[in-house]
Amino acid sequence: MSERFRIAIVGSGPGGISAAARAAERGESHVLLEAEPHLSNTIFRYQKGKFVMDEPGILPLRSPVPFKAGSREAILDAWNESAARLKINVRHNHEVSAIRRRDDGLFQLDCANGARFEAQFVVLGIGLQGNIRKLGTPGEDLPFVQYQLDDPDEYEGETIVVVGAGDAAIENAIALAKQNNVVIINRRDEFARAKKGNETAILKAIEDGLIECYYNAAPERVDALSVGRKKGRMVLSTPNGKAQLLIDRVIARLGATAPRGFVEACGVVFPSKDPAAVPAISPQYESNVKGLYIVGALGGYPLIKQAMNQGYEVIEYIRGERVEPADEPLLKAKLGGMPGFRGVDEALARIQKNVRVLSHITPLQLREFMLDSDLRTPRPGETVFARNDYTNSFYSIVDGEVHIALDDAGQQHITLRRGEFFGEMGLISGRRRSATVKAGAGCVLIETPRRSMNRLINSVAAVKREIDEVFILRAIQSRFAPEASAEQLKEMVAGATLQKFAAGDVLFSEGEIGDCLHLVRVGSLTISRTIGGKDVVLSYVPAGNYVGEMALLGESRRSATARASIATETVRLDGDSFKKLVNRMPVLKLRLQAEYRQRAASNLAMQALPSGGDIIQFLLAQGAGEATDILLIDESLCVRCDNCEKACAETHGGTSRLDREAGPTYASVHVPTSCRHCEHPHCMKDCPPDALRRAPNGEVYIADNCIGCGNCERNCPYGVIHMASKPPKKPGLLSWLLLGLGPGPGEAPYDPKKSKKEPKEKKAVKCDMCKDEKGGPACVRACPTGAAIRISPEEFPAYAQSRR
Amino acid sequence: MNARHESILNHARSRWLWFSLALSLTCLIAYAWHSPSVPPNGGTWLGYTLGTIAGLLILWLMLFGLRKRSYSGSSSLRGWLSAHIYLGTTLILIALLHAGFQVGWNLHTFFLILMLLVIFSGFFGVYCYLRYPTLMTRNRDSATRSAMLEEIAELDQNALALADGIDPKVHSIVLRSIQNTRLGGGVLTQLRARDDSDAALAGIRAALEAREKNNQAAGGAKSGQTIFAMVDFLASGTNDRQAEALRKLIDLLSRKKALASKVARDIQYQALMEIWLYFHVPLSFATVAGLIAHVVSVFFYW
Ligand SMILES: Cc1cc2nc3c(=O)[nH]c(=O)nc-3n(C[C@H](O)[C@H](O)[C@H](O)COP(=O)(O)OP(=O)(O)OC[C@H]3O[C@@H](n4cnc5c(N)ncnc54)[C@H](O)[C@@H]3O)c2cc1C
Ligand code: HEM
Ligand code: SF4
Ligand code: SF4
Repeated sequence: MSERFRIAIVGSGPGGISAAARAAERGESHVLLEAEPHLSNTIFRYQKGKFVMDEPGILPLRSPVPFKAGSREAILDAWNESAARLKINVRHNHEVSAIRRRDDGLFQLDCANGARFEAQFVVLGIGLQGNIRKLGTPGEDLPFVQYQLDDPDEYEGETIVVVGAGDAAIENAIALAKQNNVVIINRRDEFARAKKGNETAILKAIEDGLIECYYNAAPERVDALSVGRKKGRMVLSTPNGKAQLLIDRVIARLGATAPRGFVEACGVVFPSKDPAAVPAISPQYESNVKGLYIVGALGGYPLIKQAMNQGYEVIEYIRGERVEPADEPLLKAKLGGMPGFRGVDEALARIQKNVRVLSHITPLQLREFMLDSDLRTPRPGETVFARNDYTNSFYSIVDGEVHIALDDAGQQHITLRRGEFFGEMGLISGRRRSATVKAGAGCVLIETPRRSMNRLINSVAAVKREIDEVFILRAIQSRFAPEASAEQLKEMVAGATLQKFAAGDVLFSEGEIGDCLHLVRVGSLTISRTIGGKDVVLSYVPAGNYVGEMALLGESRRSATARASIATETVRLDGDSFKKLVNRMPVLKLRLQAEYRQRAASNLAMQALPSGGDIIQFLLAQGAGEATDILLIDESLCVRCDNCEKACAETHGGTSRLDREAGPTYASVHVPTSCRHCEHPHCMKDCPPDALRRAPNGEVYIADNCIGCGNCERNCPYGVIHMASKPPKKPGLLSWLLLGLGPGPGEAPYDPKKSKKEPKEKKAVKCDMCKDEKGGPACVRACPTGAAIRISPEEFPAYAQSRR
Repeated sequence: MNARHESILNHARSRWLWFSLALSLTCLIAYAWHSPSVPPNGGTWLGYTLGTIAGLLILWLMLFGLRKRSYSGSSSLRGWLSAHIYLGTTLILIALLHAGFQVGWNLHTFFLILMLLVIFSGFFGVYCYLRYPTLMTRNRDSATRSAMLEEIAELDQNALALADGIDPKVHSIVLRSIQNTRLGGGVLTQLRARDDSDAALAGIRAALEAREKNNQAAGGAKSGQTIFAMVDFLASGTNDRQAEALRKLIDLLSRKKALASKVARDIQYQALMEIWLYFHVPLSFATVAGLIAHVVSVFFYW
């Protein structure tokens, strides 16, 4: 008993609904299968009243369903109205659990509720949110068992069981505990998965008896009760046997299962294990399974408008129509500057022919890649980027050549030509550019932002392999032997391997025989020695530097222990081939010895003050190892005037991005809650419009195209991002001082719109290190006593020495 | 920007100390070298010069308040404050030299005293700035004030809940003690670092002594009475579960007391670091008024 349609669309997100609408408009036989009782679950689950943004603004919308920036409610209403008007054949509560291509060429879709459909074509638009994990026990669907919490203040005086140990569970439990009796159930014996702040908060709440916690416990059953004061009962299995709780409500926050497993089971192939990898699809959005199309976030397009355009286009493609993709004009504008430009397709083909790393990818991937990238045609001699810039984009050379200066004077340089790439070091290490690059004759470059490049690297193994190989050669060359040719380095490069270390892992320990050296490529290390039975940190080694040469040059045993201070990747160089190289190149030997002496001297200096290492250790324990620039406050100088916060608020629209008081302190060194401008910013991980950027001086900032989704706020482990609406204007300082007009320095401006109940566009805000202020960070400048400074981890040893 | 912490006194290798010393020395030499026909006073050319310098210095010192609140620009406020302190101190010498050490019962001397008051309040401020931050950190022991206040509120809640299960009498005693906890308060309370738990402690002692004497609690004790009443309750040997709860209650209340006195001390330090500005700033405005009066009277009623 199955129904048959020509096109089955799975998932009614913006992609699916737009596809279904187009199919309905065209009179195609179709069905739209949606797991939930409403349309577009992802958007349905946005916070009430959320202002939804229509980035990218330049992209035109192409869909029978309307969409423009506005409140969540207005958008959902418009979509519901369109679905009814266009007579979309939607089936709610139909979660598709399997899709199989039968031998007769038809797809068979099985739903969790037992329904079965057959279709010639399938459009998969199930997004990335995945399915909410349920309790998995009898009673998981009872009305008082819920999997989301919109407003904790809604409940009062109830006994609520929160199941889960992640950030969402903890935040819910703490918020509910204000007015309710809360029990939290943790399957494990700790809350290690949560952010540090949440972990301490929940442990404290448990210790104070505010929240009761069952560790190593799991729900077995939930029953509804018809007598007594409580709505239900939960039976738990605990290490001490069974427990029974009388409850009013269960809130389970168990995360979601990523849709990947389901998609793979449909036969779609993912190029790599990396969670960021997206399946390869053709320019017509067809996957490797013939007749199965993928649109929207699942295919790697994380914005609503993109998903809607693809939904429209995919129906046209299935009908065999040729449509110019909606992004065609954008690409035309982008590529138009290419010398000899004739058309987008021709230009893309030329790029792919010329640039080898890009030859591995599909045409659709290339289109997307180019949409994110910029075409640059710098004049000969123009600087593409300068040494010590903090940019992290990646460049491919489509035509012409560039010169990479190896020394400051620009005497020695390497020339890269058509087809090669550069900028991979900054991209991989997350650190400053290691050399200045100038354009040569006839230069045509593609500049690709970090996110798109990382996605490509993680999606296409061949790209990763090629970049890694070149990285190793160049890293060795630039770090040790600029004068050596690739030929001379061949042996060493062949013996080099990439190694990964988790935070705290030991690369080598004091006293071992040394047989290799490590070039740090991502992350950082600490060098420590055991002195008087205690591990004393002597120095900090950031990415771009090497360790382990001491044992190869003279002493054969390791004189200290090297440990990863955060997740770290190194290039491991074989000791023998390194020794050979050193023997062949006396210059190198001299240089290494000079560096060696300098290191030994500074290690000795650190050793002389044992407490110095403790400060470094404390800072690293706060995650400072991944910082590029961290705000420290000396509490023996800080007079708690909060002028730093006022300065921040004053230079940033009335809200301070810095919380001076919060944060740990050790030996008077206080690490306030403020952005550290991480090497590999966690906040950048999952930003749909790619609004988190890094400025040339290293500042991680949020661009205007932020859509306010809150992902970065959740992803930052240091809790320094907030959601705020744009502030109204404030009168100047003098009118406040002399006339008492408006709010004073550091105070939030009055908001004339506040009383009106219209949704306000909330965006993420964070510290941008005052990149637009010529004097640098306002907090530091505004501190009257010099208690606030900003430093980078490289400066930790010197800083520790200055504090005695 | 420097990768280390420096105090206002040795900012930029004490640049402003050296500048001030040089300025003082120049003025002293000029004063010694200058031999006017009349005893040195503000009316000679050197007197005018020194007077002008001093007047401009005062105006510049006043600008600090404005600079503190303008957050763009590129200089550091620490540098400004360092200069403010050293040049402000130099003002004593310059002003005295300007006056030729002549004082009397007149408007001019009144203005001088006003200015000296500002300067000495500044000294006190520097003393506070150097001393209290460290004490404050040590007292706080890595907690924030709001966290401590939150914890106190929690302890109160827990204590109340516990007391609720014991006995209505105990409950009302705990409630009263909570209502009597007041932190912060007026300026004087803030400065005295007294929270009511202190009174409570005194209360306990008084109560204990009184009990020894006539087996009756002394009046007037507030939360001291609470703890005492409970000890009493314990001794009377009510049932075991209640005894256990009471013991817990005493733990809670003592933890709260420790916290409350910490917070009170914290408030005291903060108040000390702020209060002097309430003298320094109004007096400095008065000084400017004095300066204007001084200049006007010199030029017009000479
Ligand atoms: C908090 C937040 C705020 C955001 N704000 C914005 C914004 O302001 N502007 C913007 O452009 N983008 C925003 N985004 C991104 C945007 O929501 C997504 O890019 C977009 O929803 C992706 O659309 P989609 O069609 O690919 O999938 P989704 O919208 O995720 O829809 C997938 C649908 O498929 C259903 N489904 C899943 N599995 C099955 C199954 N097996 N069977 C049947 N149905 C299934 C789901 O229930 C859901 O309805 C935001 C994202 C988040 C998380
Ligand atoms: C006539 C001389 C002086 C005048 C007119 C003057 C004026 C001022 C003014 C207007 C402020 C700004 C306060 C605010 O707005 O918050 C200030 C702050 C201050 N002054 Fe003075 N001052 C003088 C001398 C001194 C001296 C001699 C010292 C120290 C030795 C001193 C130390 C300070 C300090 C420490 C601050 C506080 C900085 C802060 O935290 O904001 N002042 N003074
Ligand atoms: S550096 Fe600037 S933006 Fe960052 S916290 Fe300080 S004042 Fe604010
Ligand atoms: S916002 Fe958080 S994750 Fe992003 S750079 Fe700053 S500290 Fe790192």
